[in-house]
Amino acid sequence: MSDLETFKQDVKEFLAKNLPEHLRFGNKPGLPENDLKKWFDAMAGQGWVTPDWPEKYGGAGLDKKFTAALRKELRAVDAPSPSHPGISMLGPTLLELGTEEQRREHLPKIARNETYWCQGFSEPGAGSDLASLQTRAESDGDEYVINGSKIWTSGAHKADWMFCLTRTDPDAPKHQGISFILLNMDQPGIEVAPLKLIDGSSEFNQVFLEGARASASDVVGELNSGWSVAKRLLQHERSTDIHDVIIFEAKETINELLKREVGMKHGQLADPTLRERLAAHQIDARALGLTMRRAAEEAKAGQQGRDLTSFGKYRWGDMEKEMHDLAMVAAGTGSLGWEGPGFLPSQLQWTREWLFTRSHSIWGGTHEIQKNLIAKRALDIPE
Amino acid sequence: MSLILSEEQQMLKDSAQKFFTDNSPIERMRTLRDEHDATGFSRDLWKEMSELGWLGIMLPEEHGGSEMGIRELSVVLVEGGRVLAPEPLLSTLLLGTNAVRLSTNDEVKLEVLPSVAAGELLVGLAFEETGRFNPYAAKTEAIRSGDGYAITGEKTYVLDGHVADQLVVLAHRSGKSGDREGLALFLVDANAGGIEIQRTTMMDGRNAAHVTFSNVNVGADRLLGDADLLERVLDQATIGLVAEIVGMVDEVFERTVAYLKEREQFGVKIGTFQALRHRAAEMFAELEFARTLLLDGLNAIDEDRDDATLSVSAAKAQANKAARLIGAEGVQMHGGMGITDELDIGLFLKRLKAAELTLGDETYHQRRFASLQGY
Repeated sequence: MSDLETFKQDVKEFLAKNLPEHLRFGNKPGLPENDLKKWFDAMAGQGWVTPDWPEKYGGAGLDKKFTAALRKELRAVDAPSPSHPGISMLGPTLLELGTEEQRREHLPKIARNETYWCQGFSEPGAGSDLASLQTRAESDGDEYVINGSKIWTSGAHKADWMFCLTRTDPDAPKHQGISFILLNMDQPGIEVAPLKLIDGSSEFNQVFLEGARASASDVVGELNSGWSVAKRLLQHERSTDIHDVIIFEAKETINELLKREVGMKHGQLADPTLRERLAAHQIDARALGLTMRRAAEEAKAGQQGRDLTSFGKYRWGDMEKEMHDLAMVAAGTGSLGWEGPGFLPSQLQWTREWLFTRSHSIWGGTHEIQKNLIAKRALDIPE
Repeated sequence: MSLILSEEQQMLKDSAQKFFTDNSPIERMRTLRDEHDATGFSRDLWKEMSELGWLGIMLPEEHGGSEMGIRELSVVLVEGGRVLAPEPLLSTLLLGTNAVRLSTNDEVKLEVLPSVAAGELLVGLAFEETGRFNPYAAKTEAIRSGDGYAITGEKTYVLDGHVADQLVVLAHRSGKSGDREGLALFLVDANAGGIEIQRTTMMDGRNAAHVTFSNVNVGADRLLGDADLLERVLDQATIGLVAEIVGMVDEVFERTVAYLKEREQFGVKIGTFQALRHRAAEMFAELEFARTLLLDGLNAIDEDRDDATLSVSAAKAQANKAARLIGAEGVQMHGGMGITDELDIGLFLKRLKAAELTLGDETYHQRRFASLQGY
């Protein structure tokens, strides 16, 4: 047996022993917290929260192939896993651009799932034009004093730390006066207020910073070079998106929903228009999944074509929105319920998700921004 | 199988690209059209393609071929698409000859395949009788007569039928129009008594014919197969046509992006306008989706995968979508010049529309995809 096969076998055995059946629902909300913590601790013990990080920072030191194999095994059993921007974005950025002190201070805690991170980029006045952000960080001895406000900070209410962009030189051109700072959330100068969204959820927050303090050693990269640190970090965000594209899978498929709501006649969906729309959607999904696979193959072979991953985010967002539109149309007024009774749980779920998917063309760079980037970078059309 | 070209395929692509660039500028297609050339393509180039081994790519070695896959043939088709080469690659290789290659009729194979590989024989497929694609709607009948059959019926849009030496014809031995049951494919000599071939002049400058069969006698030994054979042939021809479409949309896309970078209006390059930049980004995604599904469809056929038919329909649906979008945007973004005959973009628009409506439009393939997915 190859090393890889042995490893997969070990993973399977570990999962059988440590991951109870009642947790095998991915990152579904509402799983029993104590059991979940026990499982996350077990994962952390193996370095599997951050499998591709070096062992000295709490990772498992796995290469790409072994990391992919591990993720595949975890997905195969719907294993929940800790998920926050500290793991997916900040960690890789510190590995690349952080000081040794910053790495030693923060990475092992992230890897052991002891700290939860949130991202403080957007502001009420700085969305697509992120570089116009106004939150100020002023030097005070060997500290910075921070004043301003951040919005869309997912998970800020439970975060221990926030990595944020602040303006450290208000006189410089807007991209050049920004610094990337790590901020401890447990201090009096920080207040978190939930932001209720159209789907009824409040996973996002607004964070008010009034005299919050960070140490001068908490600046990542050079002072006033935070914009380039953020750009690196956002590339990690985009590669996470593409990862999601491939693993996305609903508990009730859109096929099942349409069959249930529309019915079948002579072996076909009873509504021919919805039938064609569903086929168009699925051909799109097939094309997207395979194109991302092709992009990976091209990268591996060192082929330098136009960047196929550049449109992954926007096409994935459109695809998800279309699928949920289809679900709403198929169920008709049955999809107008807000909460039970009177509606199937799956109908209510589709409706909430339809509302949530409206955000797919907004977060992580609106689709308009995405298309600007494609034209500029992938197609090389000068601005 | 991989979704990128192998080293050998890349080499084939390079040599095909060079061949078409050297021998087949788009001007050639324009001249053939304007002069109402009797052949409608170049027999000399056809002979050269044979010498390069392209005509026998998919044929067995024992019949003068190199027994490679449809992936290899598609590499040539993509490059031919880029320059609108009018040679009968699709009609002879993937429609006519493929019906023979995929049949179990060894005698006919021996007679036909080596001549095709040598560039000496053109074979067409006469199957369509309706405008909108409906391959099983044939009314043509093959009535038992002596040791063989007598075929009577009318076929339309027989690609390159005006020069075909042999025709594979679809007819009912039993059953009625609309049934797959009873359909059969026969190989007949295009010069046989009772066959009337009328060349039709097409929008895209390509070659096609109406063919009328009046009591055309054909021996029972010329039978190639039934509706299942037809379906396999059409699937392979469809993915071949997708390859041509991908070559064309790639070319139109490149020309259009180049124009956005060069054309000035209001004192700036028009490529600085966001309305156009965003549409270019959308064209890029549709083009690359089509290329991906092409590669997947080719793999599915070469690997004889269970979902080959599904893959082909997904690919043609997407290629049609890309053809429509990029054909239209290519013209629109070139502005007034885009609707002149002088600019090549219009030639691509016409050929793309023809390719879109040939072998099933987007809706046809969406419905087929739906049926195969169980809804």
